[in-house]
Amino acid sequence: MTSFSRQELLITTIARLLQGCRLVATGASSPIPGAGALLARAQSNGRMRVNVLGSVRNDFLCDGGVELFDLAGQGRLDAFFLGGGQIDGEANINLVGAGGEYPQTAVRWPGSFGSGYLYYLVPRVILFREEHTRRVLVQTVDFISSAGPKNDGTYRPGGPIGLLTNLCWFAFDRDKRRFRLDSVHPGHTVEEVRDNTGFEFDCADEVPSTAVPDAATLTLLRTRIAAEIAETYPRFVAQVFPDLAAAGE
Amino acid sequence: MTRDLGQVPVHGLDQLAAQIPNGAKIAVPPDYSGVAMALTRAMIRCGLRDLHVVCVPVSGLQVEMLAGAGCLGAVETSAITLGEYGTAYRFQAALKAGAFRMMDATCPAVHAAIQAGGKGIPFMPLRGLLGTDLLKNRPDWTVIDNPFSKDEDPVVLLPAIRPDFAIFHAPFADRNGNIFIGRRRELVAMAHAATQSLVTVEEIRDVDLLASEESAAGTLTAAYIGGIAEAPRGAWPIKLWDIYEYDEDHLKLYGEMARTAEGFAGYCDRFVQDQKAAE
Repeated sequence: MTSFSRQELLITTIARLLQGCRLVATGASSPIPGAGALLARAQSNGRMRVNVLGSVRNDFLCDGGVELFDLAGQGRLDAFFLGGGQIDGEANINLVGAGGEYPQTAVRWPGSFGSGYLYYLVPRVILFREEHTRRVLVQTVDFISSAGPKNDGTYRPGGPIGLLTNLCWFAFDRDKRRFRLDSVHPGHTVEEVRDNTGFEFDCADEVPSTAVPDAATLTLLRTRIAAEIAETYPRFVAQVFPDLAAAGE
Repeated sequence: MTRDLGQVPVHGLDQLAAQIPNGAKIAVPPDYSGVAMALTRAMIRCGLRDLHVVCVPVSGLQVEMLAGAGCLGAVETSAITLGEYGTAYRFQAALKAGAFRMMDATCPAVHAAIQAGGKGIPFMPLRGLLGTDLLKNRPDWTVIDNPFSKDEDPVVLLPAIRPDFAIFHAPFADRNGNIFIGRRRELVAMAHAATQSLVTVEEIRDVDLLASEESAAGTLTAAYIGGIAEAPRGAWPIKLWDIYEYDEDHLKLYGEMARTAEGFAGYCDRFVQDQKAAE
């Protein structure tokens, strides 16, 4: 088996989660989702469009910043990625701050971006946060940037399908309003996930290991996809794909 | 010596900044659209105070520096981030000190409210937002029941945003004061909503953007422009479209210096007060 980095596993997992999408977009500060989406596009035989925020070459939108949100409003955007300084067991996410009293929170993050809207409208929202700790995955978020689905009659064609971290993939069960541990990344254990998760989640007796990338996928990722995402995230590529970064100089 | 462009006055940077009074409401674009950083430094030199900045829909170094320099009265934004280039220390410090009113939003809410401003209508409805603390902390937003639905269907209403000024940087103006904005349509939305736009450009070209359909399609017409200043590399150290990149070394330097108020003051001495060092 070819060896791969943590980031490469996340990127290839994301590409798998995007299979079948027609239109995928990524937001600010999203190099791994961006690379995952571009990889999925490369594997889709031309069936998928990808829009990378901040890119020139991989941005096909021509009607300004609002167009992405208009696409989502009409149901044309199939998948998007959201993270969170905090994410809780009911899939509420917090991108604003923690501790203290808003707006003078002890910790301040950049802000909610498009989450307060896209989370409600995009059918396949993938929650993505590399850090898997009790500090991030909490019982209840301190501030709701965007609310998890509540089945309360609110107009809500969209929502999270699950949460991907450095340790595992949780699927989100919308009826139960709970996460379910679906796979644990190679080299990690269910116990480790449990120890580092601040919310309760469902878990089968046997949890499979997250599928690993094959050699062809890794080659595609390390060449064409790394070059494509470097346009928007040069520092990320220099760090994660140093060979490509060196070749380009 | 630059002449005015048709009915649009051409100013120096400090003169353009001097058009903005204390307490003005200004709309600014995100990094990818063209941020008027040279003009922002001029605004800091002018000692502007109590600005209400509407970020359409987010901002970075621009609001970070205005916060550090004590220019802000309110910030309406969906995020403040320096992206790959680190933490917005001065913004965070000013926020914690309660130096300005924070109005957290979500991107499409700012776009929608700006569009309402541009259309001259009082408000715009928006999906999403229900159940969030964003909504809870925005007393200016309200929820109504969709009047066109048979079933219960709550929807958020946002009041229109009418800024005093839209402020941005673009590649060029033509001889009549029309601005080439390419596909950066949020600049058009901002300009339509604002009473007037103050624009810096890389250069003034002796062409007429409205002479062909091809170029007119990427043009903001001069009717919205209150003043122009020529500012080569006017978005520096932020990128401008695909014309130039972020100045990574300089942003690293900024990130190190702006960790403390004293460091930021030192940065301003070197790169803001001394105009030649930056431009």
